[in-house]
Amino acid sequence: MSLWRSRNLLLGGGLSLLFVALALISFVWTPYDVEKLNIAAKLKAPGGDYLLGTDHFGRDILSMIMVGARTSIAVALVAVGIGMGAGVPLGLTAAARKGGWLDEVIMRGNDLIFAFPSLVIAILITAIAGPGAINAIIAIGIFNIPVFARLTRGAALSLWEREFILAARVCGKSRTRISMEHILPNLMNLLIVQGTIQFSLGILAEAGLSYVGLGAQPPTPSWGRMLAEAQTMVSFAPHLALVPGLAIMLTVLGLNLMGDGLRDLLDPRIRVVRT
Amino acid sequence: MLTYLLKRLTSLVISLLVASLVIFLVVEVAPGDPASFMLGLNAQPDTVAALRSELGLDMPKHARYLGWLSGMVSGDFGMSYTYRTPVAQMISDRLWVSLPLALMALALSTLIAFPAGLFAAARRGSAGDMGVMGATQLGVAIPNFWFAMMLVLVFAINLRWFSAGGFPGWEDPLLALKALTLPAIALALPQAAILTRVMRSALLDILGEDFMRTARAKGLSARQAIWRHGLRNALIPVLTIIGLQFSFLLAGAIIIEQVFFLPGLGRLVFQAITQRDLIVVESVVMLLVFAVIVVNFAVDLAYAVVDPRLRSRR
Repeated sequence: MSLWRSRNLLLGGGLSLLFVALALISFVWTPYDVEKLNIAAKLKAPGGDYLLGTDHFGRDILSMIMVGARTSIAVALVAVGIGMGAGVPLGLTAAARKGGWLDEVIMRGNDLIFAFPSLVIAILITAIAGPGAINAIIAIGIFNIPVFARLTRGAALSLWEREFILAARVCGKSRTRISMEHILPNLMNLLIVQGTIQFSLGILAEAGLSYVGLGAQPPTPSWGRMLAEAQTMVSFAPHLALVPGLAIMLTVLGLNLMGDGLRDLLDPRIRVVRT
Repeated sequence: MLTYLLKRLTSLVISLLVASLVIFLVVEVAPGDPASFMLGLNAQPDTVAALRSELGLDMPKHARYLGWLSGMVSGDFGMSYTYRTPVAQMISDRLWVSLPLALMALALSTLIAFPAGLFAAARRGSAGDMGVMGATQLGVAIPNFWFAMMLVLVFAINLRWFSAGGFPGWEDPLLALKALTLPAIALALPQAAILTRVMRSALLDILGEDFMRTARAKGLSARQAIWRHGLRNALIPVLTIIGLQFSFLLAGAIIIEQVFFLPGLGRLVFQAITQRDLIVVESVVMLLVFAVIVVNFAVDLAYAVVDPRLRSRR
C-alpha cells in the first residue's frame, strides 16, 4: 500500500511539475510567438514542424499551451492565496472564540458565501466590472475563503482541547498568541493538502470561466478560451479541442494525485474537503 | 422536531434576506446607467430622465430594494430593461431547460455513484476497487465542458446518434429528453466521481463500526448487513454532498448550456450581461442563490429524518 501511495505522489508531483516547468519556460522561450498569426500554416495536424499542431490562425498550439499554463497557474495560485489569507485567520478566530458572537458571525458569513458558487460570483463581478482574469481570481478566491475557514475552525477546535494548549493557557498566553504559535503550526499539513486540492479546483474553475468568456481575455492565452475557440472546428480539427482539454485534465489529475500522496505522507488521519 | 424546524426556518429567512441585500448592493454599484445604455449615446437628458423614472431608477435605493424584494416574493421580478418583457416570464421559460437538465444530471450521478461506491467499498483493496477509484480520479479531473465537446464529437458528429446542440421544446417530450441526454451525462460525470468516493468512504467508515460486527455476528451476510444497516448510516455524508452538488449542477448547467447551445438560464444571463440588463442578472443570480440556500435547508431536514439524534443535538 505504501508503494501505491508514494506512486501517487511521484506521478502527481511529476505531472504538476511538468506543467509548472512549461509555464516557467514560456517566460523565456516558446517554440513560436503566440501572438504572431501565420495563416499559411493554419489548422496543421500534430507532428512535423508543429508538435501539437496549429490553430485556425496558424498559431502553434504547444506555445499556446505553455503560455496558457501561466494563466491557469497564476489565477489558481492567487485564488488559493486569497482563500488561505482570509479563511485561515477567520477559522482560527472562530475557533478561539467558540460559541461567542464572533464565531457565530464568521460561520454564518461563511454559510452565506457558500451559497454563491464561484460562477455566480464571477457573473456578478463581470456584470459590474466587465470580464477579465482578475475577476476570475476574485471569484474563485472568494469561494475559497469559507473552505479554508471551515477546515481551519474544525481542526483548530479539536486542538484547543489538547493538553499542550491548556499548558499554554496556564502560562498566560493570549488566545491570539496561542492560535499563532501553537494552533497554526499544527494545521500546516492539513492546509498544504487542502491547498493542493483547491489549486486543482481553481484550475478547473478558471478554465470554465474563460470558456464562457468571464475569465482571461484576448490576447492572453488561456486553456478555457482555446477550448471555446475550438468548439466550432472540432469536427474537422479535433486536436484543437483535444490538446487543451488533455492539458487541463492532466494538470488537475497531477495535483489531485499529489494532494492524496501528500496527505498520506504528512498525516494519514487528516481528511480534506472535496466539493 | 418543531423547535428544530422553526430554528432552521428562521435561519433560512435571514440567509435569504442577507443574500438578497448583498446581490442588490453589488449590482447597485455597477457603473453605467441602464437608461442611458438603452437609449444610446445621442439620447437627450430629458428622455433619459423620463426612462429612469419609468424604470423606477430615480427612487431612493432602500425603496428600490424593498420594491424588488416584495416583487420577488409575489413572483414579480420586474421588467427586462432590454426586452421590455417580465423577467419572471423570461426566467420561467429558461428554467424549463436548466432545471430538468440539472435534475437529470443529479439522478444520473446518483444512479452511477451508489452502485459504484457500494461495489468499491465491498471489495476494498481489490482490483475492482482500484479500478473504480482510478476512474473517479479521472472523473474529477476532466472539465465537464470539455467532456461535453468530446461527447458531441463522438455521439453527434461521428455516430450521429444525437444532435450536436439546440433544444426542440417540450412539445415532444422524448425529443426534448434526447436533446438533454448528452448535456446531462457531461454535467453528471464529475459529480458522479465525487459522490462515488464519498459513498465508498462513508461505507468503509460504517463497516468498521461495532453494530456492523453485531449484525454479522447474528448471522447476516456482509451484503445483508450493508443493505439493512450500513446504507442508512452512510447516507448522512452522501446527502450533504448531494445537496451541495445540486447547486453546483445548476451553476454548472450554465456552462454546459453554452456547449450545446441550449436556451437555458446560462444563455439568458450571458446575454443580459452584454446588454447591461442588470435586473435580469440580479434576478437570475438571486434565483440560483435561493436554490442553493433552500436545497441546503432541505438537506438539513433530511438529516433529521435519517438520523433522529441530530434533532435533539441542534
